[in-house]
Amino acid sequence: MGLLTSIRSSISELFAADEPKRIGIYGPPNAGKTTLANRIARDWTGDAVGPESHVPHETRRARRKENVEIKRNGSSVNIDIVDTPGVTTKVDYTEFLEHDIEEDDAIRRSREATEGVAEAMHWLREDVDGVIYVLDATTDPFTQVNTMLIGIIESQDLPVLIFANKIDLEDASVQRIRNAFPQHETVPLSALEGDNMDEVYDKIAEYFR
Amino acid sequence: MAELTTGDDGNSPMDGVQIDLISAERMEGLRTMEKIRLILDGVRDGNIVILERGLDPDEESKLIEVTMGEIQPDGSEGNGFTGIEIETYPGGRRDTSGILGRVLGKNEESKLTVIGPANRIETLHKDENFIRTLIRRR
Repeated sequence: MGLLTSIRSSISELFAADEPKRIGIYGPPNAGKTTLANRIARDWTGDAVGPESHVPHETRRARRKENVEIKRNGSSVNIDIVDTPGVTTKVDYTEFLEHDIEEDDAIRRSREATEGVAEAMHWLREDVDGVIYVLDATTDPFTQVNTMLIGIIESQDLPVLIFANKIDLEDASVQRIRNAFPQHETVPLSALEGDNMDEVYDKIAEYFR
Repeated sequence: MAELTTGDDGNSPMDGVQIDLISAERMEGLRTMEKIRLILDGVRDGNIVILERGLDPDEESKLIEVTMGEIQPDGSEGNGFTGIEIETYPGGRRDTSGILGRVLGKNEESKLTVIGPANRIETLHKDENFIRTLIRRR
């Protein structure tokens, strides 16, 4: 029995090694996570993951795009992309009213947003194999949510890449992000414009193989 | 409630903000959910909670998750709870580069943490050595 169990275990490990890695796309609201998820999904599968918007908390449920095969330098890496709601410690429905959203809809969105953040935290603790942490390079990265999230990711021993997004904008500063998290690799990009995507895919293949 | 504390004469109400300073020793004997309840119960009462020693990453993750579950977007229970503002000093950069650092939990043991209701506390300035916050009266 011991031998059989051992053989079964080895076989399941062999197959497990070929299973796609679940890569969570995390970051604060409005960093461009869904834009990035859509860019990656469209480049390699032709489909999008979800709708993009300037309104914070547009993504209020974790969405998964399975079996995204990224080919680099003659080899390939197979990942499931998990686009997660932006993580925050507060949600105030009145902020939605500033985006011309009716009160009832704003309250509904807020409720869904809180559920989405809780879901994102759960995914991070239980269900992802690696993390792409997306930051808006035009804003101060040294916030409590960012430092807490990076700390949580580090405590899980998950491989993490930091993506400095929105480099097409004038106020972008990649160096500011590198200074905030010098212990991690930071890759500049514009998910919207498709800038520097070759390096993005090189790094994904390198980190999440 | 935070503003209706008693004055020196023991009778007249005094306008103010209650600050709960919680020692590392007090937190040490508590389980994760007990710590989170201690923090959130204080914050939902409108208090500012200061932890001598902060939470570990797993506890921080659960604090965010539980906080999200308690937000009432429409203030239906009359509390208007919109979440928490949290700041940690020093800035949370952890030295996990070496095995010794991980084993000793370097930096994680000494991060003073300030937590308050999101609609009442605002961080005016923060760097690795300094946090300045504004606390609004209701």
